[in-house]
Amino acid sequence: MAEVVDMKKLVESLSPNERKIVPHLEDSNMIELSERADLDKTSTLRSLQLLSNKGAVEINSRDEKSIELGINGLLYVKNGLPERRLANLVIHKNSISMKDAVKESKLSDNEFKAALGVLKRKALIDLKDGNLILSGAKEELSKTSLEEKFLESLPRALDGLEPEEKFAFENLKSRKNIVDVQEKKVVEFKVTELGKNLKKEKFNDKMLESVTSNLIRSGNWKGKKFRRYDITSPVPKIYGSKRHFVNQAIEFGKRIWLDMGFKEMTGDYCQSGFWNFDALFTAQDHPVREMQDTFFIADKSTTSKDVIGYKGKLPDSSVIAKVKEAHEGGIEGSKGWQYKWSEDKSKQISLRTHTTCLSAKTLLEIGKNKEFPAKYFALGKCFRNETVDWSHGFEFNQTEGIVVDENANFRQLLGYLIEFFKKMGYDKIRIRPGYFPYTEPSLEIDVFHPVHKKWVELGGAGMFRPEVTIPMFGRHIPVLAWGPGFDRIIMEFFEITDLRDMYRNDLNKLRDVKVWDK
Amino acid sequence: MTTLTFNKKELEEKIGKIDDNIKNKIDMFGTPIDGETEDELTIEVFPNRPDLLSLQGFSRAFNRFMGGNVDSNYIAEKPENDFKVIIDKSVKKVRPFTSCAIVKGLKFDDDTINEVIEIQEKLHGSYGRNRKKLAIGIYPLEQIKLPIKFLAKKPDEIVFQPLEFPKEINARQILSQHPTGMEYGDLLKDCEEYPIFEDSNGEILSMPPIINSHKTGKITHNTTDVFIECSGFNKEYLDKTLNMIVCALADLGGKIYQMNVKDEVDGSFVSPNLENEKMKLDADYINKNLGLELSKDEIVELLNKMGIETRDDEVLIPAYRTDILHDIDLVEDVAIAYGYDNFKPEIPDISTVGQEDKMSIFKKKIAEVLIGLGLTEISSYHLSTKEKQFKNIGVRNFVDKMIEVLDSKTENNILRDSLFANSIAILSENSDASYPQKIFELGKVFSLDEKSETGIGESEHLGVSLCYEGANFTDLKQMLDYLMRMFDLNYEIEETEQDGFIDGRCGKIIVEGKNVGVIGEVSPFVLRNNKIKMPCVSMELNVGKLY
Repeated sequence: MAEVVDMKKLVESLSPNERKIVPHLEDSNMIELSERADLDKTSTLRSLQLLSNKGAVEINSRDEKSIELGINGLLYVKNGLPERRLANLVIHKNSISMKDAVKESKLSDNEFKAALGVLKRKALIDLKDGNLILSGAKEELSKTSLEEKFLESLPRALDGLEPEEKFAFENLKSRKNIVDVQEKKVVEFKVTELGKNLKKEKFNDKMLESVTSNLIRSGNWKGKKFRRYDITSPVPKIYGSKRHFVNQAIEFGKRIWLDMGFKEMTGDYCQSGFWNFDALFTAQDHPVREMQDTFFIADKSTTSKDVIGYKGKLPDSSVIAKVKEAHEGGIEGSKGWQYKWSEDKSKQISLRTHTTCLSAKTLLEIGKNKEFPAKYFALGKCFRNETVDWSHGFEFNQTEGIVVDENANFRQLLGYLIEFFKKMGYDKIRIRPGYFPYTEPSLEIDVFHPVHKKWVELGGAGMFRPEVTIPMFGRHIPVLAWGPGFDRIIMEFFEITDLRDMYRNDLNKLRDVKVWDK
Repeated sequence: MTTLTFNKKELEEKIGKIDDNIKNKIDMFGTPIDGETEDELTIEVFPNRPDLLSLQGFSRAFNRFMGGNVDSNYIAEKPENDFKVIIDKSVKKVRPFTSCAIVKGLKFDDDTINEVIEIQEKLHGSYGRNRKKLAIGIYPLEQIKLPIKFLAKKPDEIVFQPLEFPKEINARQILSQHPTGMEYGDLLKDCEEYPIFEDSNGEILSMPPIINSHKTGKITHNTTDVFIECSGFNKEYLDKTLNMIVCALADLGGKIYQMNVKDEVDGSFVSPNLENEKMKLDADYINKNLGLELSKDEIVELLNKMGIETRDDEVLIPAYRTDILHDIDLVEDVAIAYGYDNFKPEIPDISTVGQEDKMSIFKKKIAEVLIGLGLTEISSYHLSTKEKQFKNIGVRNFVDKMIEVLDSKTENNILRDSLFANSIAILSENSDASYPQKIFELGKVFSLDEKSETGIGESEHLGVSLCYEGANFTDLKQMLDYLMRMFDLNYEIEETEQDGFIDGRCGKIIVEGKNVGVIGEVSPFVLRNNKIKMPCVSMELNVGKLY
């Protein structure tokens, strides 16, 4: 399809540098053009690209290997190759002792050895009784060598060397820093029909470049035209500052719960076993209470052998007694776990393994204040003693929620969860049976991971067991509770396939990562 | 997490063709598929359902769930004459209880032998808490002479050939030489006497919870009848475990027999007891919790799918189910049978007022101000290393204030006590990224604090670092000044010295007479140590004290 180009507009859109090179346009390469137009290489290249965008030239750039002078090469071009300097000495003296030759040639050990090797190989000099003597004709020795010729010709392309030149190049390459092969971009271009027409145009030199305070004041723009920009051409990247992408998503997640009428719970990351486990009907021999799963805080003055780690304080004794009862023999209608509950073990301090400990604490407050119905949420860090891989980290965020209401039921639990996930961008989730010591019924939420091609568990939910609620409220009131992992939920949006990338703080990536826009 | 791996062919013989629909049903039954290869299928079994931890147990329950008519009523025959176990006084101190049974009429080949071993191991690992709570032994009846005695002896007096070991050794040697002895030895080490099962020929059958005898404790292809014991510390757990095993063996074609157990201290009983425990069927309770309106008949049918029979208003709990502690546990079974994917979600109309935490709001506002100043927010781990937290920023005395976590699986084993150290580490990791680098972080730091409930004080900090050619004290103080003005706070700077900062260019930040932080130019020693190429100025504020 032929494109109709408005030549007038085209001319008006040429930048000052483009105007400089247009008269010199001929099929050629960028370097030549730069010389002809008397414009520096960077500006020439940029102008060529602009002209190419406009369809005036077709650029063809390719990589070419070129041979350049190395550090020593530069020096030798100026002072002569070591063999030349040694040869001159021998020519001058006819015969010279090795010792004197080393001294008078002013060559380094390595250079001297190399020079001697070259001259001997070419049978130009000989070594006799410790003296260097001429063995060929003086004319031979003073003739310019292939290597010298080659050095003089640099820089040049690696391709297309004559056999003699190739020989010289190989010899020089084997010596230190004389020649250097570099990859170079060669920019060639052809002038299109449009370009040729453009070249014939006359340029109005009175185009205005930019608006300045001076121009505004003087009124000099009147009756003149501004150069047209190519407003479609790409611009260099800049970066703004922003919140960490995980925190952007956290703010959004919090908003969802706030909008649904939930109050925020916050609290310490260090918690006693009582709040993290016991109040949540997690038996004291449950594997989660062992060091391999949970971060316990070390006690510097360790005294007890049985119960490891640092110990804190417990809440008032009436709650403790009820929790103990729930574990040992069960509260009304329950058989409990049937073992001897240890108060000492519930004092163990660990980093919270879930935000559900905040819910447990909140239940006690809600019970005290008789605040029914009540809805609370938390969105914060949790810690598990895990080895780290794409789907596990030792720190992660969890989004916690509880609904305390006489009429709360399982269908409502699904309602809240599905609403939350829908707002987080998941229309298709799967809810299946799950297990937690403190909820019944329990469920797990899965989403399908597009990269790893499998269902990924986002976390659990359920209704708190009577063994949890009765010690806190004095009677059973249904509580819907959930605590899906939050980091996994936002991985897909940020196109993160490895959880470890979330807290790597690679500034380039932080600058590049897109903004949470749900 | 306990998983169970099936040979697909064997499983298909029991439950039919494994297609996508069946796989989804397996997930929806509460035994999510954890892995699959061409020949094998692995499921996860939750800790509340150890009765599913065998091919028999799983397929029995799953077929019922799928609507099959599977008989899950198990009957135990009365004990024959010499089906007797005596619990001797001596063993009460070290391992007080055992529950026992005999199963006859079994046929063993390599597969079934392996299966029996696997059931034991799975139960040991999960429900038995790695044999801490209980241990299971299964013995070929043809090798032993009833009745059996459960007693304790001094380790040196216990001599037998442990399973798969070339010779007879004593109990102490078993703990130090036999692989299983070495693995579980800790469970007996502190006892003066060790428990053993002995037959009436005086042959030792086993030393629980460690190992069986090679002679009398190994099932072979010739075995048809077996003696089974569970020993441990809680009789209820032992009874349930025994029930799970005998029911699985009955599914393999065996006939269950009871034994008379004569406990010289706590009184005699007959075991196993396969009678159903009973609970009242409360349809209203179930409907209220699930938000459904099921009729009683529908509930009965759903419970049936879960292997739970009813009689009149009573629910009969199968003898192998360990997870029914309360009525609420029946609610979940009804929900699973109803199908989690069949519930209609609902958001109730409860009027409550949402409220964000005040400190959260304050932190968000600080972030807004700093973003406006062109700073990028970072977020780093609360767990760190000694090197990062202290050594790399030139802090020398840290042992007393260091808070360690136990047995971390990564190098990160201390809680951070400042954000400054983290920002230096991050600038160090980013020394190849383009400058200027201007970063901030809001987060918790930790310190020892005897007054707090946990003994550990947690405070919300703000860390800011500017790093570029020409970065200096004034640049950052201007930002501090702006931040303070935006929150209407008056502050003063008081000269101080701190590890990691240049003397004379470092100050305490004082607000209303309280020390709330530090600001200063980072010493070139620290920068060079951390391979940071540009000058850096940092501040750290306890924002909890500002609010």
